[in-house]
Amino acid sequence: MINVKKVCYKHRNRPVLNDVSFQIPIGKVIGIAGENGAGKSTLLRLLAGIKNPDDGTITLDHQPLTHRTCSRFAYLPDTDDFYSYLTGVQLFQFYETQFEDFNFLKALEVADFLDINIEQKIKTLSKGQRGRLKMAATLGRETTYYFMDEPFSGLDPMVRDSLIKGLIRFTDAETQTIVLSTHELYEVEPILDALLLLKNGEVISYHSLETIREEWQQDAVSWMKKQYRKE
Amino acid sequence: MNNDFNREKPIYAQLVERICSDIIKNRLAPGMKMLSVREYALEVGVNVNTVQRVYKELEQMRLTETKRGQGTFITTDEARIQLLRQETRRRIVEQFFHNMNEFGFTKEEVLAEIKRLGADTHD
Repeated sequence: MINVKKVCYKHRNRPVLNDVSFQIPIGKVIGIAGENGAGKSTLLRLLAGIKNPDDGTITLDHQPLTHRTCSRFAYLPDTDDFYSYLTGVQLFQFYETQFEDFNFLKALEVADFLDINIEQKIKTLSKGQRGRLKMAATLGRETTYYFMDEPFSGLDPMVRDSLIKGLIRFTDAETQTIVLSTHELYEVEPILDALLLLKNGEVISYHSLETIREEWQQDAVSWMKKQYRKE
Repeated sequence: MNNDFNREKPIYAQLVERICSDIIKNRLAPGMKMLSVREYALEVGVNVNTVQRVYKELEQMRLTETKRGQGTFITTDEARIQLLRQETRRRIVEQFFHNMNEFGFTKEEVLAEIKRLGADTHD
């Protein structure tokens, strides 16, 4: 379990995250949604240990995050200029040298499932192919926590569906947790266990989707709109 | 793949309904082996935890049985399936009468209409 407690983060004196507290249990798929600039990417980077909070703490199983613990988190960045001079296979080989938990064969299996040409240089791949390759490289790691920054952004519905299926197929719902940010809430909602809404750097709602649907009879998108209006 | 869900109702409840309907139509016949939780999650494009809940509900409803190490099977208890058919039929008709009543139609009008439709269709 990851425990985020009173976390604040400033970028050039502008507060990006303000007093953020919540917990991430094992075995969940958690969506982070919120308008542009709400702090989604920053939150994911803090969780993945790429940045440190200015204030507050993030702990993994009651231990503060260290360089060592963070190496057990798989992070999918939202950048698209991803080792452009490598081929897919070379990217996997590179990952293998960087991460102890990287399973080359699993990455190949995911790549095959997602229909990626891994012999081709990344810079010559289409955006959809690059999106799939990033996913394959990330899922190639066998770890407990996956943090994914906008894994479906800018991809057509077919690519998105195949990535969603890849997520279901290659993660274990009982022992692994996926935290992903997304604007495609309507499409992604069926695979989420819970939804965390960020607004202006603060968590304004964090509930399970079954609760949102069952108790408030709402879907994720109308829930988000309603929570945003409230403030 | 995801868009055939009604968004205001829990997805697990919709999937339970979908499987019940398949049992009634005999598309899922007694004793038939069901997909594994992960396979079914993949087929319908939902979270594995959601499907786990679906399978648990079906088991609690005694519509399925899990055999250790073999998987989940549709019940071979014909009486249970007959009961499902009866309950479902009743629920849908009750809902229908309720809706017609909301519109202010009397039971007699509704029954007359049903009779007329029943006489029209031969299948």
